[in-house]
Amino acid sequence: MNLSIIMSKVLRIKKGANIKLVGGAEKILADVPMPSTVAVKPTDFEGTTPKLVVKVGDEVKAGSTLYYNKDNDQIKFTSPVSGEVAEVKRGAKRVIEEIVIVADKEIKYEDFGASNPTSESREAIIEKLCKSGLWPFIKQRPYDVIAKPNDTPKAIFISAFDSAPLAPDNDYILDGKSATFQMGVDALAKLAEVHLTVNSAAKADEAFLQAKNVTLHFIEGPHPAGNVGVQIHHFAPISKGEVVWTIKPQDVLAIGKLFETGKYDASRTVAVSGAQIKTPKYFRTIQGVSMKTLLEGNLKEGNNRIISGNVLTGDKIGAEGYLGFYDYQVTVIPEGGEAQMFGWITPNPGKFSISRALVSWLSPNKQYNLDANMNGEERPFVVTEEYDKVFPFDIYPVQLVKAIMVDDIELMENLGIYEVAPEDFALCETVCTSKIPTQTIVRNGLAMLREEMS
Amino acid sequence: MSNAIHKFLENNVKPNFDEGGKLEKYLPAYDALETFLFVPGHTTNGKGSHIRDGIDMKRTMIMVVLAMVPALLFGMWNTGYQHFLATGEAYTFMDAFLYGALKVLPLVVVSYAAGLGVEFVFAIINKHQVAEGFLVSGMLIPLCLPVEIPLWMVAAATIFAVIIGKEVFGGTGMNILNVALTARAFLFFAYPTWMSGDKVWIGGGMDESVAYADGSTGATILAQATEKSSGFVDAAGVAYGDSFMSAFLGLIPGSVGETSTLAIMIGAAILLITGIASWKIMFSGILGAYVMGLLFNLWGANPFMEVPAHMHLVIGGFAFGIVFMATDPVSAAQTATGKYIYGFLIGFLGIMIRVFNPAYPEGIMLAILFMNVMAPLIDHYVLEANIKRRQKRTMAVAA
Repeated sequence: MNLSIIMSKVLRIKKGANIKLVGGAEKILADVPMPSTVAVKPTDFEGTTPKLVVKVGDEVKAGSTLYYNKDNDQIKFTSPVSGEVAEVKRGAKRVIEEIVIVADKEIKYEDFGASNPTSESREAIIEKLCKSGLWPFIKQRPYDVIAKPNDTPKAIFISAFDSAPLAPDNDYILDGKSATFQMGVDALAKLAEVHLTVNSAAKADEAFLQAKNVTLHFIEGPHPAGNVGVQIHHFAPISKGEVVWTIKPQDVLAIGKLFETGKYDASRTVAVSGAQIKTPKYFRTIQGVSMKTLLEGNLKEGNNRIISGNVLTGDKIGAEGYLGFYDYQVTVIPEGGEAQMFGWITPNPGKFSISRALVSWLSPNKQYNLDANMNGEERPFVVTEEYDKVFPFDIYPVQLVKAIMVDDIELMENLGIYEVAPEDFALCETVCTSKIPTQTIVRNGLAMLREEMS
Repeated sequence: MSNAIHKFLENNVKPNFDEGGKLEKYLPAYDALETFLFVPGHTTNGKGSHIRDGIDMKRTMIMVVLAMVPALLFGMWNTGYQHFLATGEAYTFMDAFLYGALKVLPLVVVSYAAGLGVEFVFAIINKHQVAEGFLVSGMLIPLCLPVEIPLWMVAAATIFAVIIGKEVFGGTGMNILNVALTARAFLFFAYPTWMSGDKVWIGGGMDESVAYADGSTGATILAQATEKSSGFVDAAGVAYGDSFMSAFLGLIPGSVGETSTLAIMIGAAILLITGIASWKIMFSGILGAYVMGLLFNLWGANPFMEVPAHMHLVIGGFAFGIVFMATDPVSAAQTATGKYIYGFLIGFLGIMIRVFNPAYPEGIMLAILFMNVMAPLIDHYVLEANIKRRQKRTMAVAA
C-alpha cells in the first residue's frame, strides 16, 4: 500500500452495489482507423441551446467552432477533426441532434498556442479553454450542467476512477501520461482549488498519486464511490449558492495536451465492453467516433443495444450512432424484450437483484449477462428504504424524488437537490421495485430549479 | 408452449381491447390478467438506467402472500381442532383440517372477489393499471377475522376498506391506513357482536345446533385475561398444560390466522430473509410490547396487568399484526429512524390499549391504525432533523 494512503484518512462507503457484468474490456490497446465521419451532438450538453456558425459544406479544422451556446456565447463547441461539415441532423421541433463531419485522413489543427499554464493568468486560461472548445468538459454542481466561466467555484473535483459497471480503468489509460495530466491540473489549479479522489482499494497510477497542486482524498467502497457527487458530498458539501466544478481525468489530459501543443487533440481511449462484444478491449480513437467504425467486426449477432457510456447512465445509440462527448466507454448488451410466463415467481438466477426475492444473492460473485428488460411494470412508490441501500448520501432519496414530483422547490432545496446529479440516482433507478424513472425525474427537477433561479 | 400462448394473446385476444377494439374500455382488466400470466417484455427506454433489478411489484406482493401461507394452513387446521375440542367429538387430523378448510376458504374467496372486483372497477373507470396491493390485503382480511363471521360482512367490509381506505386516496401506494385493518376496524365497530365475545372464534360456535361440551365457552385467552393472569382454559373448558406454549403453537381460539405465533414466525422469516418487510419495525414493535408488558407487571393493579410480559407477545393478534400489518410499507413510517419509533409505539400502545381498556381487547389493531395516522408526522420530524443537520454541516465546512 502506498504511503500516502496510510497517512491520509480513507472514506469507506458501505451503501451501493457493484453489478458485475460479463464482457469487461481486457487491457489491450488497439488502434481504430480514422472514422470516415464523426459527430458532435448538442444533445450531450444539458441546458444549452445551439447557435450554429457553420453550414453544410464548410471546411473546418480540429478546434474550429461549430456552434456556441445561445445563452452564453463564451461557451463554444468545436470540431474534433478537420474535414467538411456533411450534415446537420434535426429531430422533433427542429432541435439539432447531430452535426456530422466527414473527416480528413490527416487532421489539420487550429493553433491556440502552446504555453505553460503556471505562468498564465486565470482569465487567459479560461479564454483559451473556451476558444478551443474544451470548456464544456468542466461541469458544475448544482444542476449538472456546463460550468459558467465567470463563476468562482469553491473547488474543482476530479474522481480518479469510475466505479460503474464495465467502466474504463483510468489507471490503465493514464499510465505514462503523468506530465500531460499534471499540466492539465496546473491549468485547473489556476481556476480553483483542485481536489482529486483516488480509490484506495486499487493500485492507483502515479499520474494521480504523484499529482501536485491538488488535495488528495481516498475513498473505498462499491459503486457509486467513484461518482464525483458522492465525493463532493463527503469532502466538501455544497450549500445553496455555492458552486463546485467537476471534470473527468481524460478531459484533464485533453486540457494538458492543449497547453503542451496548442492543439485541440480530441483523441481518447475508449473501453468497448459488454456481453455482445466479441473481443472487449480498449481502443485509441477520437471523440464523436461513429459506431460503424468503432464496433466494426466486433459485434455479436442478435438484437443489440448499443450504449454510449455505461449501462447505468449511458445513452442508447443505434449502430449508426456516435460516441458522446463525455463518454469513454461503449457498452453493448442484448436488447431482450421477451415476455416471461409467470416471471414474477420464477427464481430467475440469471437476473440481478439487490433484494433476496430472487436467488441471485446466493451467488454474489456471479457475472451477469443482463438485457435491457424492465422486468416489471411501473407502479407508485410502495417499497421503502430500497434506494437508501445504494445511495451513500446523507439525503433521503425517495423523499427528494417525491418533492420533485410535486414541484415543491423549497423542499427540494432543503432535502439536498443541489448536491446531486441524475447519475447519483442511477442505482436507485436500477433497483427500484416500482420501476420509477428516477434519473429523468431528477434531471427535470434540476432543470426546473435552474430556470427558477436564473 | 408459453411463447405460443403469448402470441395467441397478443394477436388474437389483445386487439379486442386495444384502441378501437370493441372491448376497449376493459383494457385495464385484460392487462391485469395478461401481465399476471406474462411479465411483459418492455425494455428500458434508453434514457436512464438500461438494466433493471429482477424484482417487481408482483413478486414483492406474492412473497408476502407466500409468507402468510403457514398461518393460513395452520388456521384451517386449528379451526377444525377448536371445533372438535368444543363439541367433544372424536376427530382425525384430516377431519380437523377439512372442517377448517371448508370454513376458511370461503372467507378467502369472498375477500379476494370483493376486493379485486372493486380494484378492477376503479382501474377501468380511471383507466389505470390494476396495482398488486390487494393481493396482500385480500389474504390479510380473512386471516384477521373470527371464523364465524358471515360472508356478506366480509364482502361489505372489504369493499368499504378498498374504496374508503385506499381508492379515495388514489389507490395502492397512496393510502394512509392499512387496508386490511380498515376492513377489520369497520367490522369491529359496525358488528361488534360478530367480532368479540366467546362464540365467534370456534367453528360452528354461533350456530345453536352445535352442541358444546360441558363447561366450554370458547373464550380467547385475551378475554380470560381480564379476570385472571394465569390458569387459562381451552375451548373444552380444560386448563392448558402450558398456556404459553399452547398460545405459541396456536392451539387456542382466535382469529383465523393469528393464533399460531410459530406459523407467523415462519412467515416473518420469509419476509426478513427476502428483505421485503422491515426488521426495524418488527424488532422495535416486539421490544415496545415487552417493555409495556413489564411496566404493567411492576404496576400489577389488576389480573390483566399481572399477565407476564412474554405472554402478551403470543396471545391475541399481536404477532400477526406486528409481522404482517405494521410492516405494510405504504402505511408505515418510511424513514429508517422513523421505523424504530413507529414500531416501538405500536407495541407499546397496543399492549396499553389491550390492558387498560378490556372493551377493546384487540389493542394491536387500534395501535397500528393510530400509528398509521402518525407515521407521516414521525417522518416529517426525521426529515426536519436531516435538513437541520445538513444545514449545520455545510455551515461548519464553510466556516
